[in-house]
Amino acid sequence: MQSPERQTNIQNHELELFLELIYRVFGYDFRNYNKAHVKRRILHRINNLELGSISELQHKVLHEAGYFDLILRDLSINVTEMYRDPGFYKSMREEVIPILRTYPYIKIWHAGCATGEEVYSFAILLQEEGLYERAQIYATDFNQIVLEIAKKAIYPVSKIKEYTRNYQESGGKKSFSDYYVARYDSVIFDQSLKKNIVFAEHNLVTDSVFAEVNLIICRNVLIYFNKELQNKVVRLFTESLIKGGFLGLGSKENLMFTDVFDQYQTIDLKEKIYKKLVITKK
Amino acid sequence: MGFDAIVIGSSAGGLNALKTIITGLPHNFSTPIILTQHLSPHSDSYIAEFLNQLSHLTIKEADGGEKIMPSHVYIAPPNFHLLVEEDFTLNLTVDEKINYSRPSIDILFETAAIAYKNKLIGIILTGANNDGSNGIIQIKTFDGFTIAQSPESAEVAVMPRSAIETGHIDKILPLQEIAAFLVSLCC
Ligand SMILES: C[S@@+](CC[C@H](N)C(=O)[O-])C[C@H]1O[C@@H](n2cnc3c(N)ncnc32)[C@H](O)[C@@H]1O
Repeated sequence: MQSPERQTNIQNHELELFLELIYRVFGYDFRNYNKAHVKRRILHRINNLELGSISELQHKVLHEAGYFDLILRDLSINVTEMYRDPGFYKSMREEVIPILRTYPYIKIWHAGCATGEEVYSFAILLQEEGLYERAQIYATDFNQIVLEIAKKAIYPVSKIKEYTRNYQESGGKKSFSDYYVARYDSVIFDQSLKKNIVFAEHNLVTDSVFAEVNLIICRNVLIYFNKELQNKVVRLFTESLIKGGFLGLGSKENLMFTDVFDQYQTIDLKEKIYKKLVITKK
Repeated sequence: MGFDAIVIGSSAGGLNALKTIITGLPHNFSTPIILTQHLSPHSDSYIAEFLNQLSHLTIKEADGGEKIMPSHVYIAPPNFHLLVEEDFTLNLTVDEKINYSRPSIDILFETAAIAYKNKLIGIILTGANNDGSNGIIQIKTFDGFTIAQSPESAEVAVMPRSAIETGHIDKILPLQEIAAFLVSLCC
């Protein structure tokens, strides 16, 4: 069979219909993700499967096993690394940890944790600061497959050089190799880091408040959402944070243009760290 | 026929080439320019500041959600892809690197082509890889206009040569002539 012509565009109403069906049938709501990104990923999937149109893809997703998993993978970008933006962790150590230290017990929520690198990076930081034992850490993502990887704490050895450099830049206090053992082409992180971490499936768009926490770290997730959805999710964060709790976002994400901005104080403008006000302005 | 936007992709040697083009544009040049220059992921954001000091145009690093304005030049931040939305706003992503690059020229060109269709000019400058070639093909699919820096005038010829080899380049120009040609197309 001759393969169909490469597709170069999708009509917007067809894409909207596709996303609507995905939502109704599978419960995952991508309708307010940034359009250019979603369109590009779906186009690539159509061409990769050598299909002739989005309606052919739609048919497969609705009627054949395995195709929805591909779409979920295409639209949940699981790219991550340890100590991404070392300055963020440095600022956390210097500005946020001293205040968390004043609580007898702390809860931390990593939302959109992907394969877990960020969670273990922060767990190490907590250990070094002597706060790990009193921390309960929730790490959530809407993609079950990446959570399974996160639970293992096994990563490719090829990344370790870069992670070591990031760790040192982030203000790490020990030798990074104290935290893992290398085996063949993988490294396995210290299992004691997992003790206080609960990994759970949670969808920021369709699920409700998760827990009452002292710190939320949600990096490079809002960047994929349109304004409306960003607002909805930061409202969810605001409800989940205790008064005086902290929110850490990705380096290109911002509370400034959201509805909740006046309920926060900016702790670090560059690293996007915010503190929920104790007395909320009316 | 007018154009509504210009996209530029550059890699090795790109900073000098960009400087030549940007300083060659008059202060009343209003067509927005969106550009992706390959950088080390750890580099800071100095190129926007550096170019901004040399030009009458407003040159800045692109923010997610920002509206594309006339007389502005937007630059992809290091370690993020830059995309153009169909409502003429910009967005950033942290998707995988493409051809070892983030930002990727192809992603910028492919999304800009869908947004601006035949009102888009795409330019490939100096570089040591073939990023942007797929983007050039996409721009021609939507009847935009494509330019490559002549390989002889490029610090590194690989990238413009690869774009030319797609067979979808409308005009090959030495670096020194690109700004004047843009003025003739847009003003
Ligand atoms: C680019 S990764 C960011 C990982 C990590 N936070 C970092 O900055 O390195 C984005 C993650 O957000 C998750 N995600 C996307 N939409 C989501 C949603 N609606 N609810 C929960 N997680 C979501 C994806 O599955 C992916 O793992």
